[in-house]
Amino acid sequence: MLIQLGINLILALSLYFPLSAGQLSLGQGGFMAIGAYLSAWLTATHGWPWPPAFAAGALAAGVVGALVGLPALRVRGIYLVLMTMAFGEIVRVFFLNFSPTGAAQGFRGMPFVTSLPVVAGLAVAVAVLAARTASSRMGRAFAAINRDELAAEVVGIDVTRAKLASFTVGAVVAGLAGALWAHYVQFIEPEEFGFARSVMPFTFVVVGGIETFWGALVGAAVLTLLPEWLRFLKEWRLALYGLAMLAVMIVRPQGLIDHRLLVAMRRWRPGPAKEVAR
Amino acid sequence: MLLQQLVNGVMLGAVYALIAIGYTLIFGVLGMLHLAHGEVFMVGAFVGLVVAGHYGGSIMLALAAAMLATGVLGLLVERVAFRPLRGAHHLAPLATTIGAGIALQETARWYFGPEQKGFPPTIALTLWELGPLRVSSVQAFILTAALVLMGAVHLFLARTRAVRATAEDPTVAGLLGVNTTAVVLLVFFVASALAGAAGVLVGLAYNSVHPFIGVQMGIKGLVVMLLGGLGNVPGAMLGGLVLGVLEVLGVAYLASSYRDAFAFGAVMVMLMLRPEGLLGLRLPRRD
Repeated sequence: MLIQLGINLILALSLYFPLSAGQLSLGQGGFMAIGAYLSAWLTATHGWPWPPAFAAGALAAGVVGALVGLPALRVRGIYLVLMTMAFGEIVRVFFLNFSPTGAAQGFRGMPFVTSLPVVAGLAVAVAVLAARTASSRMGRAFAAINRDELAAEVVGIDVTRAKLASFTVGAVVAGLAGALWAHYVQFIEPEEFGFARSVMPFTFVVVGGIETFWGALVGAAVLTLLPEWLRFLKEWRLALYGLAMLAVMIVRPQGLIDHRLLVAMRRWRPGPAKEVAR
Repeated sequence: MLLQQLVNGVMLGAVYALIAIGYTLIFGVLGMLHLAHGEVFMVGAFVGLVVAGHYGGSIMLALAAAMLATGVLGLLVERVAFRPLRGAHHLAPLATTIGAGIALQETARWYFGPEQKGFPPTIALTLWELGPLRVSSVQAFILTAALVLMGAVHLFLARTRAVRATAEDPTVAGLLGVNTTAVVLLVFFVASALAGAAGVLVGLAYNSVHPFIGVQMGIKGLVVMLLGGLGNVPGAMLGGLVLGVLEVLGVAYLASSYRDAFAFGAVMVMLMLRPEGLLGLRLPRRD
């Protein structure tokens, strides 16, 4: 459970990176598949130890991310969403037909590496990276592009470079999440990296709030744990999960965590000072 | 052989077009994607199945009931997943519609079970041989129904100035006295009814309905919308035919297991070379 939570946190952050520069990707499942399959193939077939295998998987996802990112920079908004979606599906169909990794039968044989300390360590590392990025020069550039791409370009930000960087980092992180997943369940098949998987990090980030990376973390935590809390509802569980998602968005369209809430929390003192937040 | 494949492709494409028209109508007036549209389609298929199975097995009745039910469902989706979010971040409706889609899938799974259900045989199966072509009565019905519905949409758009005005610019249309809320509701009703009809037709064509058929169809519909150009109704019709024929030919002459990749490969090429779509004249400034 906590291991899944850790993987989902990383997955949520993988979407947060491109999104912080105004690029929504619904193809994270594809990058995840690349990381999962390559790392699993290296550990299972070639007997690599896991750290270089994970790194190779994440890097391969990053390289593919950069290759997809280049043409993707030409399109934006809803077109980018559809393009990344198409990419994710192509990757899925590729692995469905790729016999060296078992094609439709799936792939097994990788060792169990994704223990709680490993996931926790990597999740914290990625979260720290996100936090550091947010307050770095590059992070500010992402935010500026997100607000107004033209204005960002006018003030001298290299928009192409920043967008490509955000997209590529997102792909690397998604590849890492895939590697972790593969060495947690020890059996992967192409269908689990389809559109539904790509939608997962998106719902995490949107429900949690797209303004800060805290939103991605909180969203991933809430939506991973929610089905567990709803377990007493038996077969109605997932339907309620969908409705809960709907309800959260209606009440808080900006997501659970936004800048105002963070500021309010920082200023929060027990007693009358609470009013400052309003 | 080639001609036969073309007939199959056109039939499949006509159904894709019905779904894509719904997407594109909604995108046209709201500038937003409706990601539960595939689930609306799925509900249509189930309503058709129940009506055809229980009430005398008339396919026309099933089609009408499915369209009415999904039309009303569309109104509900608009009310719950879109209207509360006017003015919110443009990604918010993606999340609400995904949530609504999950709820619909799970409700269908709870009610009908997860397994595939066969469609009751409502049309007497006859095969007509037209020279080298073999067309079954089911195929003929699907094609006719899809074409009639597309013609109806064309008339609907030609006769409703308010809808076209809202698609052009909702703010200006509102200022000029168009009741844009009513227009949006009307569009949701029509779009969802088309998806419902497509659901019944797909149920007929493949004789299999299950709670998750909407996922893949929903994605295909998006692809077709994109091929035709966002918000472009004739483009969606053309895009449907193109994708249907492309898929069927690809399966027949290349490799069947790569079927889904054709659609998505086409999309990526399209986005890079001609993002405004097959029939688009200009890039809509909506991002």
